[in-house]
Amino acid sequence: MRMLIKGKVLKTAFIDTLPILAAYIVLGIGFGVLMSDAGYFPLFSFFMSVFIFAGAMQYVAVSLLTAKVMPLTALLITFLVNARHIFYGLSLLERYKDTGKLKPYLIFGLTDETYSLVCSQPYVKNENKTAYYFTVTLLNHIYWITGGVIGNVLGSVLPFNSKGIEFSMTALFTVIFIEQWKQTKDHTPALIGIVATAVSRIVFGIDYFLIIAMVIIAVSLLLLLQRRKEDEHFA
Amino acid sequence: MPDTHDLILVAVIAVGTAATRFLPFLLFPAGRKKPDWLLRLSDVLPSASVAMLVVYCLKDVYVSEPHGFLPELISLAVVSLLHLWKRQPLLSIGGGTICYMVLLQQVF
Repeated sequence: MRMLIKGKVLKTAFIDTLPILAAYIVLGIGFGVLMSDAGYFPLFSFFMSVFIFAGAMQYVAVSLLTAKVMPLTALLITFLVNARHIFYGLSLLERYKDTGKLKPYLIFGLTDETYSLVCSQPYVKNENKTAYYFTVTLLNHIYWITGGVIGNVLGSVLPFNSKGIEFSMTALFTVIFIEQWKQTKDHTPALIGIVATAVSRIVFGIDYFLIIAMVIIAVSLLLLLQRRKEDEHFA
Repeated sequence: MPDTHDLILVAVIAVGTAATRFLPFLLFPAGRKKPDWLLRLSDVLPSASVAMLVVYCLKDVYVSEPHGFLPELISLAVVSLLHLWKRQPLLSIGGGTICYMVLLQQVF
């Protein structure tokens, strides 16, 4: 097997994932502390971070574990919390098409943060791109696992006040948003995303707004594309 | 110690999470020709999804008190201005995050 991670790719991926490193370690620690408070050993946190690898969901998982809910309940909540991932897969069908043996792992590790980096890459097909996608996914996975284990082993001990560091996620998404905005003349999809999510949050409250926003976004985009297609047709 | 029920729950959550990530790839396998609407949709979906994520991150802000939204508003402005000025992702993200931490810990 050829070297999967070349030095240059590793360097680029590491620099690109630095904001995620900061946030995943701290959020991972938050998860680990919850697990330790719930009476679980670090090894269990480790396994959860390895096999689930979903930030928000693992926070929810701790409360599902302590409440000893029915498996079917846990499954439905999982679908509800993670439904947004469906959008990521739909937009990466082409990008991940020729990623070969690594494809299952790339799809498995498709977190919000990994997705935002992958979809902001210029769309070119080559081996380096696949190596980059893989390295980003793997690094993020390692950061997340490490944070969870540290948190579970040490409890809430951090050498500095990390309150607010999770904003690096918001900042990362904002930067990618600006980059996408600059790279395209067509701003309607971005505006639909903002307006639909914000209005949905205000109208429907915090529990279900994201699912409703997704439906509104999908329908609006399909209607928009349909209208454009008809315009092309008559033009 | 995790008991059997814990292990079952973790397995269910892991499978459920993976299912949401694999579903699009299973519905539209690589070998088959994708419908036209899907290709068009996957062109515009990243912009809409990242916009959705930005708003999703701000889901906990509230406007009834200044500290419910001002740290986020100011820090978002810092991220955006830094980025429009220098276009260095790490500078924009680092600057905005430090600004937010200072506002949250020292000011509000």
